[in-house]
Amino acid sequence: MLKLFKKSKDKIPKSEIINEPKEPQKPAVSKCGKPLLLDNSRWERRLHKELMSLIKEPPPGVTVDTESVQQNLSEWKINIKGFEGTLYEGEDFQLLFKFNNKYPFDSPEVTFIGSNIPVHPHVYSNGHICLSILTEDWSPALSVQSVCLSIASMLSSCREKKRPPDNTLYVKTCNKNPKKTKWWYHDDSV
Amino acid sequence: MDSDNDNDFLDNVDSGNVSSGDDDDDFAMEVDMPSSTERQLETDDYQYKVLTIDEIVLFQRETIDEVNRVVKLSAHITRILLNHFKWDKEKLLEKYFDSSDDNTEFFKCAHVINPFNKLPEAVQQRQTSRSQCEECEICFSLLPPDSMTGLECGHRFCLNCWREYLTTKIVTEGLGQTISCAAHGCDILVDDVTVTKLVPDARVRVKYQQLITNSFVECNQLLRWCPSVDCTYAVKVPYAESRRVHCKCGHVFCFACGENWHDPVQCRWLKKWIKKCDDDSETSNWIAANTKECPRCSVTIEKDGGCNHMVCKNQNCKHDFCWVCLGPWEPHGSSWYNCNRYDEDEAKAARDAQERLRSSLARYLHYYNRYMNHMQSMKFENKLYASVKQKMEEMQQHNMSWIEVQFLKKAVDILCQCRQTLMYTYVFAYYLKKNNQSQIFEDNQKDLESATETLSEYLERDITSENLADIKQKVQDKYRYCEKRCTVLLKHVHEGYEKDWWDYTE
Repeated sequence: MLKLFKKSKDKIPKSEIINEPKEPQKPAVSKCGKPLLLDNSRWERRLHKELMSLIKEPPPGVTVDTESVQQNLSEWKINIKGFEGTLYEGEDFQLLFKFNNKYPFDSPEVTFIGSNIPVHPHVYSNGHICLSILTEDWSPALSVQSVCLSIASMLSSCREKKRPPDNTLYVKTCNKNPKKTKWWYHDDSV
Repeated sequence: MDSDNDNDFLDNVDSGNVSSGDDDDDFAMEVDMPSSTERQLETDDYQYKVLTIDEIVLFQRETIDEVNRVVKLSAHITRILLNHFKWDKEKLLEKYFDSSDDNTEFFKCAHVINPFNKLPEAVQQRQTSRSQCEECEICFSLLPPDSMTGLECGHRFCLNCWREYLTTKIVTEGLGQTISCAAHGCDILVDDVTVTKLVPDARVRVKYQQLITNSFVECNQLLRWCPSVDCTYAVKVPYAESRRVHCKCGHVFCFACGENWHDPVQCRWLKKWIKKCDDDSETSNWIAANTKECPRCSVTIEKDGGCNHMVCKNQNCKHDFCWVCLGPWEPHGSSWYNCNRYDEDEAKAARDAQERLRSSLARYLHYYNRYMNHMQSMKFENKLYASVKQKMEEMQQHNMSWIEVQFLKKAVDILCQCRQTLMYTYVFAYYLKKNNQSQIFEDNQKDLESATETLSEYLERDITSENLADIKQKVQDKYRYCEKRCTVLLKHVHEGYEKDWWDYTE
């Protein structure tokens, strides 16, 4: 059984006044002596690398819609096939990955799009997916590929095609962005 | 109000009544009523302290050191362990020595690598092959080993990515002591020393320090932040229970629940009450008790008289139906006041249910109105303080000595105290079942309430030099009476707690 509720505002910590550290330390310096600053090119570089490896050595059943990526590096469409021998055999699905400039430190926003949304206990009819690695269990060491594999395996292990029990209410009331939903992960069996 | 407050007040005028030994002080002591010193004595065995942020950090250090004298681990590991045990050092030590043969489980639960174990092989291997470049799994860059780092779990990432990862966790997600290793599925926690080493930005560090201090106070059962807005003090108590604590900022609250001091009602009932008042369940109760929905268009209808033949006022609906059975009107014909289509028993049950809802609503509103009334009056009491202060100054210009006008301030103190107590007596009474003792309680409450109202009235009167002596006598008599009644009421309730007199409705 899955449940969800709205994220409550973070409580502001009380200890606002704390002594400043005595001496601000020098920023970490890389080997060549350049200060290490966050620049846009870093997340772009990582996305490029991920894209290249997905195109070159895609995991079985996963293909990137290169056209969509060429237009906009921060939104990828990825096609995913229902594996043979599973309930979704012969079906084609499409995933939309949206990255913000905090990626990979912030998780990508992943939803099913298109005409065929898989009927699955963890997938809402609006394409939102209840999967812990997409929110609180996200780690920057995960990648597009590992997310695709997780979703593929989530589909493959399904025994009965049905929507989540609270589908109607959720779809009516949820935010467009699935990351705004506070998910409760109850059922790890599917 | 207790004598602390009086001292604060006196301090404004006098340099301090302890050091200076002049006559005024003796008078000032007389102003204090015996009952307030008695209350002081009651709380004397409960020695609590108000801590500043620096003192909290120091207290945290001391706790860590204290544990470390026994377990002899690095401070940063002890800190994680203590946080895991909610800063309960006895529990930590007990568990630690319970598992002294095999600490694996102990450290695993706290998400730390066992410091007594040898380094995992992965780390050893990496350490031996340090000369080669490594790939950071986050930014996919190939980097020399000295640009890479990691925790004892052996997952290594580049310094840049660590810094970015920790900054995101601290600033965006507001995590402090609970940040885990950046690797997927690794739950080993990042210690404070590592965070400070990897995050150069002073603002982020300050935020981190705030977060861990905050979690220290929130976890620790013997500490509580003063709930007053913008107050940064925390109160430290010898043992956690429902007690009146007085923060340095002046706010008085209950240590156990953090609400305003709410004697005589207990925390759990107050919590229930606040929840009841906050959610609009009472509104829905009213709607349930007084309205029905049009069976066709679901618009809510309140029937305030007339026959049972309803015509929905919704212009797009205009449905004809029977108020009693909610069925269409047509088969009812001309029996306007009687619905024989309705099962007798069912109709009776429905009526009874509605009746019950109505009476319980009326009961709630009775207590709620009185509770709110006192709360509202207390808010005005602050204005009264200001006007009383002015009056006192005026009187001093009319040949009265400073000490002679102090009774007014004292009276307002007692008025506020009585109002606050009265306010919470209504919460207590709402959940109370009737018995002989509750009857006595209600009499006490009634008596205190009428005396308090009279006192309030006296204080609002204009004071002139002619009627001053008379008024002073009246006010003093009344506030002494109020204070005495308030003490009696509280004592009676407390005695009831001890002797199990009170039955509750829920």
